[in-house]
Amino acid sequence: MNQVNLHAISLRFRHVWFRNLTTYRRIWKVNFMVPLLEPGFYILAFGLGFSGLIGGVKYAGMSLEYTQFMAPALVATACMWNAFFETTYASFVRMYFQKTFDGMLATPLSLEEIILAEIVWAASKAAAAVAIMVSVLMAIGYANFPGALMCVPLAFVGGLAFACIGMFFTGLIPTIDMFNLPIFLFITPMFLFSGTFFPISGIPEWAGVFSLLFPLYHLVELTRFFCIGAIESNPVFNLAYLSLFILLFGYLALLFMKRRLIK
Amino acid sequence: MSLINAQNIVKRFGSFTAVDGISFGVHKGEFFGLLGPNGAGKTSAIRMTYGFSPLTSGGMHLFGMDIKTQWRQIRSRLGICHQDNTLDPDLTVEQNLLIYARYFEMDKARAKARAEELLKFFALRNKRGDKVMQLSGGLARRLQLARALMPEPELIILDEPTTGLDPQSRHQVWDRLLALKKQGLTMLLTTHYMEEAESLCNRLVIMDQGRIIARGRPRDLIEEHAAESVIEIEGPGEELKTYVRQGNVKYDDLGERILIYTDSRGDLENEVRNRFCMESCLFRAGNLEDVFLRLTGRELRE
Repeated sequence: MNQVNLHAISLRFRHVWFRNLTTYRRIWKVNFMVPLLEPGFYILAFGLGFSGLIGGVKYAGMSLEYTQFMAPALVATACMWNAFFETTYASFVRMYFQKTFDGMLATPLSLEEIILAEIVWAASKAAAAVAIMVSVLMAIGYANFPGALMCVPLAFVGGLAFACIGMFFTGLIPTIDMFNLPIFLFITPMFLFSGTFFPISGIPEWAGVFSLLFPLYHLVELTRFFCIGAIESNPVFNLAYLSLFILLFGYLALLFMKRRLIK
Repeated sequence: MSLINAQNIVKRFGSFTAVDGISFGVHKGEFFGLLGPNGAGKTSAIRMTYGFSPLTSGGMHLFGMDIKTQWRQIRSRLGICHQDNTLDPDLTVEQNLLIYARYFEMDKARAKARAEELLKFFALRNKRGDKVMQLSGGLARRLQLARALMPEPELIILDEPTTGLDPQSRHQVWDRLLALKKQGLTMLLTTHYMEEAESLCNRLVIMDQGRIIARGRPRDLIEEHAAESVIEIEGPGEELKTYVRQGNVKYDDLGERILIYTDSRGDLENEVRNRFCMESCLFRAGNLEDVFLRLTGRELRE
């Protein structure tokens, strides 16, 4: 009964995307502050405080300053947070407290279109944040121009992955404060062990296998590739993994949201 | 022609049956009511009508199309006003109307004109830039009605349109609905305000525990299940109780109060008036509330 119906998806979903853009435009100035200033804070903190302790990082046969190594990972984690936050807390508020989806389901929109629009919107928002961040990084010499511009479409793909799994959790958890659980059990370890703060090649092999499962690892690798031209993995494989992740969790997100909402 | 045709629709949630095989048809141009106590299955029935809830069994056709397969075409010709406030709190009053029109893929210029027309009709013009959060209950409901009317629907479905409103707001909503009726709109509504159903609905059904227990025009239902006139007598004496028990009289003994249902000829009314009404007798017209309470019982439900 509550099967996902892919035939119910049409381009109409763009109207829901537009609705989110309309509400976002009212607060965009506040929202743009974060990606604008965040890289500066991190690079200052790690550059001033950390490089004295660490010196350099060996990555893909190159000797990098620690801040050079870490800056692209910042971009990837910002992409993750933006997309994941949007389809968890923000979508949950729209679904549960504001009954926005109920209102939309009284129109010619299908639930599949609404969920797809939420996911695409979250990815768009992530891409916008990344566009600002890489602009800052390029300006201060931490990302190559024009290669780093590829991070923007890449952030859309990565944003889709995190938005899909976020929406899946939204379909699953009973109350909004339970989002602590996926954040603690999934996002936090992923944030730490995805080659963000240290290269995966430096840790034991058994631990590195777990990192391979994290979508953030693949996004960090690709982002670093576009920002500084260095990579330790295969970019085609990274992209393929992200695509499979999107398909799997995109489907699960639709399924669980449908089970949750259609009674 | 029937705009809505529900054939033996059933809705089950696990082992609980919310709607237990009901059928009804709503004709073009009429206001049709779905009445019943809380938990009677009204909202479930409404949700099946516009395709929000899948039917467990039975058939549902609107405009001659099957809701299972042609839900999108059906919903593009429908206006729906939920019981809960489903307005978009992140948007202004006017944006609520315009964004909603996008979901129907209305032409932009037409949507703009339609929004203007509805803001005027519902006296919301000087609120157009307000945030929805700041609106009072009555204004929010008017906006929700306006939003339901945005796509110029042929049929509107209202789930308890005046629940929770103060008397002024409620009467304003009724006025607007009656004006729409004159324009030829068709409406399906649920309510438990009997006054609302009586003044708005051409025909109605009364539901209880998922079934339809009565159907017809409000006047006919009152005549059949209650009476044209009702006498309410407070603190009835034994003499009166014996009288109603022995005579061929339709009555309800509520302990502290007796209701006697009489016809228009007035013989019974005169006799009761002369013999028993020394004090505290109320003579009034029968209404839908009498019907409702007689059919669904007076006891408090759990």
